[in-house]
Amino acid sequence: MNILVVLKQTFDTEEKIVIQGGNISEDGVEFIINPYDEYAVEEAIKLKEEHGGEVTVVSVGPDRAESAIRTALAMGADKAVLVDDESLFGDEFTTAKVLAAVAKKVGFDIILGGQMAVDTGAGQGGPRLAEELGINHVSTAVKLEVNGSQVRVERDVEGDLEVVETSLPVLITAQQGLNEPRYPSLPGIMKAKKKPLERLSANDLGLSADEVAAKTEIVDQFLPPTKGAGRILSGDLSAQASELVQLLRNEAKVI
Amino acid sequence: MKKVLVLAEVRDGQLRNVSLEALAAAQLIADGGEVVAGVFGANAAAHAATLGHHGAAMVYTAEHEALAQYTPDAYTQAVTQLIELAAPDAVVLGHTAIGRDVAPRVAARLGYGLVSDVTGIEAGPVFIRPIYAGKAFQKRKFVDGKLFVTIRPNNIAAGAADESKSATVVPVDLEIKDLRTIVKEVVRKTSGKVDLSEAKVIVSGGRGVKSAEGFQTLQELADVLGAAVGASRGACDADYCDYSLQIGQTGKVVTPDLYIACGISGAIQHLAGMSSSKVIVAINKDPEAPIFQIADYGIVGDLFEVVPLLTAEFKKVLV
Repeated sequence: MNILVVLKQTFDTEEKIVIQGGNISEDGVEFIINPYDEYAVEEAIKLKEEHGGEVTVVSVGPDRAESAIRTALAMGADKAVLVDDESLFGDEFTTAKVLAAVAKKVGFDIILGGQMAVDTGAGQGGPRLAEELGINHVSTAVKLEVNGSQVRVERDVEGDLEVVETSLPVLITAQQGLNEPRYPSLPGIMKAKKKPLERLSANDLGLSADEVAAKTEIVDQFLPPTKGAGRILSGDLSAQASELVQLLRNEAKVI
Repeated sequence: MKKVLVLAEVRDGQLRNVSLEALAAAQLIADGGEVVAGVFGANAAAHAATLGHHGAAMVYTAEHEALAQYTPDAYTQAVTQLIELAAPDAVVLGHTAIGRDVAPRVAARLGYGLVSDVTGIEAGPVFIRPIYAGKAFQKRKFVDGKLFVTIRPNNIAAGAADESKSATVVPVDLEIKDLRTIVKEVVRKTSGKVDLSEAKVIVSGGRGVKSAEGFQTLQELADVLGAAVGASRGACDADYCDYSLQIGQTGKVVTPDLYIACGISGAIQHLAGMSSSKVIVAINKDPEAPIFQIADYGIVGDLFEVVPLLTAEFKKVLV
């Protein structure tokens, strides 16, 4: 089975955000594989272990994304493609067009990715990419089974569980709970250094910057207003409980 | 002036509140232009009056067996056809399980941009949306093509119903074919419970809840308040509750009127998911817990003592 994983490198979720000159500062920031994409990488490796085949990791992003890709290779992916051509960076419309071009070039039976990235949080990547490729998609998977060309997915729908059946080729987006991603082993990390990583440009993909030009642009980025410290109640606990209820009713007026 | 189409959503026979919020958002975008709505499924016409009271001049209704249950294929075809029929300048959906799944697919099919998970709209229009799960925000505008947005529940206030207004109901026939997904079963784990993303009040537990049974104490408070129960990553990782309850940068981002954090220390990744709540209450044994720094009201104490006291107090005033 030819398995494609789309992956984004993101800030570690414990990082604070600092804005300098309208841009988000990357100074001293720890980068990780987007946690939802990490579930996708794990699931891809499990599919390969069960059915055979090859796992290709694909990312669109700057040069630093190589470290996230090497982590996925160390977990057990076989090869990777990084599109680090800045003329192909834009919005969600752009990225889906670029990933579709890569997917067509590499080939696939199944595509896996996270249900969203924890940085931009739009969750557009999976459905858009599937549509660009003319294939079906199933989002927020918490269980995936592939038998021949038949695919059974359990998906999280706002807390309910939906069981769906479809067939290959298909794109699946991973929800938390799909699996427990493995840690790369030391031999895995050594091997990953030698696994093939192909860097592609607009030219290699037959794309022009114009045809993938973003439909939207960012006009500003800002931090939310900081909250002043609140009130810590005092007295015995039952008096505090009673005071809190009164405050919520009469001062905050939320109950 | 713009013509704006809202795709309304029905869940368990009820029009979702986010659809009324979408009508309010549509009026901001329309800037005096016409607002129309579409609604799918059996009994769709029953909701046209409410949509009319909230500003839809026209409501397209479509009843089709393939729309009874969400699938990407059926809904992509339906929404695309509705957009082609209504020919709006802008389209607004709720950022719900359905909206966030179908909107990008439709946007790709029609070659549109899409700004997802919008929490505010300014003149222009400029769309405000959270990034890094609310640690920061960005303002986005469209540079090409139609405007297409999904709005986060609980952020753009729905307008008051004006019963003197009504909508023209236009039944439409949709052509839906070649479906590639079969929904075999839906296991309702949330039945009878309040949906986290639209909840006005959330009672949330962390590692301090100590066990799955411990969450029952929180559920009792939630029941009195008509609240949803949520959890921190720590509580989910420890298997005290299902991942579908997780609030944080991984998990759900929520913005209720009242968020009661019980036994949650306040890791950055959790704060990202709830710090935009209007009023935050923290209950924690550790007075140094970071959660107190963003809480409006704090009680330092054992949640297993404090929460039952609160449940009893709320019962006195609410029941």
